[in-house]
Amino acid sequence: MNASVSRSIQIRALTKEYKKGVPVLKGIDLDIPGDGITAIIGPSGTGKSTLIRCINRLIDPTSGQILFQGQDLAQLSGVALREARRRIGMVFQEYNLVERLTVMENVLTGRLGYVSAFNAWLRRFPKQDIDEAFALLDAVGLGEFVNQRADGLSGGQRQRVGIARAIMQRPEILLADEPTSSLDPKTSVEIMEIMAAMAGKRNIPIIVNIHNVALAKRFCQRMIGMSDGKIVFNGTPAELTDTHLKEIYGGEDWLE
Amino acid sequence: MTASATRVAFPANWPLRIGWLLLAVYVVWATSQLDVTWTRFVEGIANAQKFLSRMFPPNFEPEKMQMIVKGLAESVQIAVIATVVGIALSLPIGLMAARNLMPAWVVWPARALIAVCRSFHEVVIAIIFVKAVGFGAIAGIGALVVGSIGFISKLFAEAIEEISPKQVEAVRASGAGFFSVLTYGVLPQVFSRFLGFASYQFDSNLRHSTMIGIVGAGGIGGSLFSAFQRFDYDFVCAILISIIALIILAEVVSSYVRALFNDNLALLDFFRNRRAARLSREKAAAMVAS
Repeated sequence: MNASVSRSIQIRALTKEYKKGVPVLKGIDLDIPGDGITAIIGPSGTGKSTLIRCINRLIDPTSGQILFQGQDLAQLSGVALREARRRIGMVFQEYNLVERLTVMENVLTGRLGYVSAFNAWLRRFPKQDIDEAFALLDAVGLGEFVNQRADGLSGGQRQRVGIARAIMQRPEILLADEPTSSLDPKTSVEIMEIMAAMAGKRNIPIIVNIHNVALAKRFCQRMIGMSDGKIVFNGTPAELTDTHLKEIYGGEDWLE
Repeated sequence: MTASATRVAFPANWPLRIGWLLLAVYVVWATSQLDVTWTRFVEGIANAQKFLSRMFPPNFEPEKMQMIVKGLAESVQIAVIATVVGIALSLPIGLMAARNLMPAWVVWPARALIAVCRSFHEVVIAIIFVKAVGFGAIAGIGALVVGSIGFISKLFAEAIEEISPKQVEAVRASGAGFFSVLTYGVLPQVFSRFLGFASYQFDSNLRHSTMIGIVGAGGIGGSLFSAFQRFDYDFVCAILISIIALIILAEVVSSYVRALFNDNLALLDFFRNRRAARLSREKAAAMVAS
């Protein structure tokens, strides 16, 4: 079985209601391929973040299935859920680094699913993990910052640490929730490049929520348009026309 | 123009005004109830003059000094033991009382325990312990442990409730178990504040430990109380001066410990200008970041 099949996700009739009777996700049916980068675009508040967080269960869906490698992620709990989370990396909009930990400690957070709590507390990680953390930090250009605390870094540097932390999990899929929305345009492109390169090298498919349509078209092989809790577009960047964008975001005055 | 005539930028808050008025009335009434009068105050001043003149010079004779050192040493021992044990117990209790990490059936028993520990002043708890386990340091330690639990657990729980959930979310997303989430996602966020609480609690345990001796729970308080009863005021003065010196010393040490952990200050920086040192470090960090 090749990687692209084993790392795909099938979502079936997924709904999420934060308040009873007010669904944010309205029965999502979606196949996400097991390779390349899939972008999810859509207006704010349409449930993109909720969808992505249902996959690694930072949010519990109300009903539906999320099938990944023969498991229904929506049904997992306890140890099984933690073991599934280990295989799913995540990059966050506001980086979500632990501010008072060093860059190295933040990156090794990616191994917490594999190291016992006691050993982790004493910072006793396997040598292989530590070597890999050094290599990843060199690769994202932060080799000089290993022992610096995360709260002293700039936004772009933080997100690089965030990517290294996610890759450190040796994940089988990478989720990215608005990874560039807090960054300037140039840094945004750099972050997307790093993420695409690191995941590409390791055959990790990426699912990324993104506001910047141009950036999405530039990096992604597949685009999914969401509007009002439903999927309204699913195709390649070339297939995405202004008509689709109008349907996704509503109105047309904002289109150039 | 018409709108500005009807709109009020600072509307009068009558309930608040009435509240202040009621407070003022109550203070005046309570004063009259308690025989707080000017003549009574003037009589008191004359008495205080006599008392103060008998306090000086303080009596630091060698045998008195020996008593002071012995009493203070016992107070310090009580305070250190009570703080260490109290904090060790407060950590899990405070954690259990944090509503953002624990289910309600864990939170409410923990909060009830904290509320009970907080209900009484240390001296009252010390009286109970003296009655229960007899005179001596063990009663004092017990009393201060209970007091520490009431104070530290509550502050610790509140600190945990104020942490950023984003950092915790990221650690959870990596597949970390509960205890790893605690040590990597929660503790780093609260550690410096917790250190502040702990050093403050040591400070206040030290002060309490000089006092609980009055009810027979060990420490310098016992000597102080009996000196008062013997009208041995120059010895009282010596004891008070020694306590002040001890508290100042503890304050200096604890502020250094805090600075050491919070800001990674070197020992030399502490004796130089700490503020200047911090500013220059922040500047350096900002330059690295930009």
